[in-house]
Amino acid sequence: MSAHDSGAASSGEQGGVAVRAVDVGKVFPTKAGDVVALSGVDLDVAAGEFVSLIGPSGCGKSTLMRLIADLDPATSGVLEVFGKPPQRARLDQDYGIAFQQAGLLPWRTVGQNIGLPLELHGVAKAARIDRIRELVELVGLTDFVDRYPDQLSGGMQQRVAIARSLAERPRLLLMDEPFGALDEMTREHLQGELARLAAETQAAVVFVTHSIPEAVFLSDRVVVMSPRPGRITDIIDVDLPGPRDASLRESPEYFHRVTAVREALHGTPVERANER
Amino acid sequence: MSRRAQAWLWGILGVLAVIVIWELYKFLGPSEGFVVGAIPGETGSGVMLLPRTNDRAMPHVWDMVARLFASTSGGSTPPLWVSVVSAAAVTLGIAAVGWLIGVIVGFALALVMHRFKLAEWGLLPWIVVSQTVPLIAFAPLVASIGNQIDRGGTPFPEWLSVAIIASYLAFFPVAIGALRGLGSPDRNHEDLFRTYGVGALPTLIKLRLPAAVPHLLPALRLAAANAVVGAVVAEVSIGMRGGIGRMLIQLAGQGSSDPAAVWGPTFGAVAMGLVAAGSIAFLGAGLKNYRRGEVVA
Repeated sequence: MSAHDSGAASSGEQGGVAVRAVDVGKVFPTKAGDVVALSGVDLDVAAGEFVSLIGPSGCGKSTLMRLIADLDPATSGVLEVFGKPPQRARLDQDYGIAFQQAGLLPWRTVGQNIGLPLELHGVAKAARIDRIRELVELVGLTDFVDRYPDQLSGGMQQRVAIARSLAERPRLLLMDEPFGALDEMTREHLQGELARLAAETQAAVVFVTHSIPEAVFLSDRVVVMSPRPGRITDIIDVDLPGPRDASLRESPEYFHRVTAVREALHGTPVERANER
Repeated sequence: MSRRAQAWLWGILGVLAVIVIWELYKFLGPSEGFVVGAIPGETGSGVMLLPRTNDRAMPHVWDMVARLFASTSGGSTPPLWVSVVSAAAVTLGIAAVGWLIGVIVGFALALVMHRFKLAEWGLLPWIVVSQTVPLIAFAPLVASIGNQIDRGGTPFPEWLSVAIIASYLAFFPVAIGALRGLGSPDRNHEDLFRTYGVGALPTLIKLRLPAAVPHLLPALRLAAANAVVGAVVAEVSIGMRGGIGRMLIQLAGQGSSDPAAVWGPTFGAVAMGLVAAGSIAFLGAGLKNYRRGEVVA
């Protein structure tokens, strides 16, 4: 952690802390009683840092992302996005978001989908068209700008969704299992593209996944979570040298980190289960 | 394209089949029908199991067609088909106004019900109940209110009463279809619009309305068919002249002496329904991008 703390401090001079959670909890009231989805979550995500949330279903990783996005309110604790309450950050458009389902509007072309947030926020048409052109180039879909989502593969749709999340140059990207529904080959390819995009845009990323290799490949830090109640059980510094590209997947350091995350993921919950 | 040709072929075959069945029954069936339990000397007694096939009850199809080209009511009156077309045009125009009123009212109701849950609970049962009131009971009421307004000084023509009665049938599918359509966007899309921090109005225009189109089109088609039926029935029940409803009643009254004539306005009413439904298909073709992902039937 110490190496990363200094990293956070140095990027703090540029943009400070992207996300700060202090003792955050979330309780969903149900007919059968309250369900504790998150409890005692402490997490800092530095500006420009790539952080993955990983854990089994029900560990609250998606819930935490939804709290950051202000799609649901936290029930306890303090949550700040760029030093502001999440609602303020949402209204200020401080983050871009991508979900597991690409969530493209089927009646809009690729270009119109990417331009949707710009259109909603009143960006002039000429500026919008320029930005759309940049973005389709960035995600390699220049030839598909006038196609409709039903004419694209799942991987292409997800690339459109990522381009859309980048449209307003957010300093924070929130991604909820964006590659979860894709086949392995497309998935690895898009991971490479996302690593490149995150490096190019200098945006902080909070990335929800249930894939250990994916989390290790992409992240500066991997946050390991555990269910009942949803909480953070471990935070692992990935700290891999060099760029995130295909060769990294073959390196011993990479395997070492994958093993570390796997142990963190499987070790703790098993002991916990025995204790009960 | 061949699929289109096939559809046409089957359509034409269907019409031919109806003609063949009609003529076949007319040829084979008993000319005075088949009645059980009839008391001799008492007309209309007993239960008719097979309908009569004589020329008065079932004119030949070619007689119906030939009648269209004969003069409407003898003398120098125009051919029947001309009268039918002009009467159908009048009724279709009124039905179109009724459809438009129905669409506006239905849509407004759907918007209010979608926006306020309380309004949905309060309004929806009444909207459903409204359709169980027979049009025959409701039509004279509208007509008499119209008359009173007209007498009060504000012009309220008879056709407007007919249009309002037609709209009473037309608004229902629109209200129900639009309510479903406005609530149809995925949770995902609603979340996305929330993250953009935009209000209810942009979300309505950019998300809910486009997403409602696949639900709205069948509702609009139903509304069109309902408006035509409503207009015809309303014309009959308030006795408005000039439309196809009045013509149907008039020619049916002369059925014993001129049995083929009433089929003229009947064909006219069918044609009206086709035009009404076809206009909606036309509208649907213009909105085809909003129907992507919809299974093409």
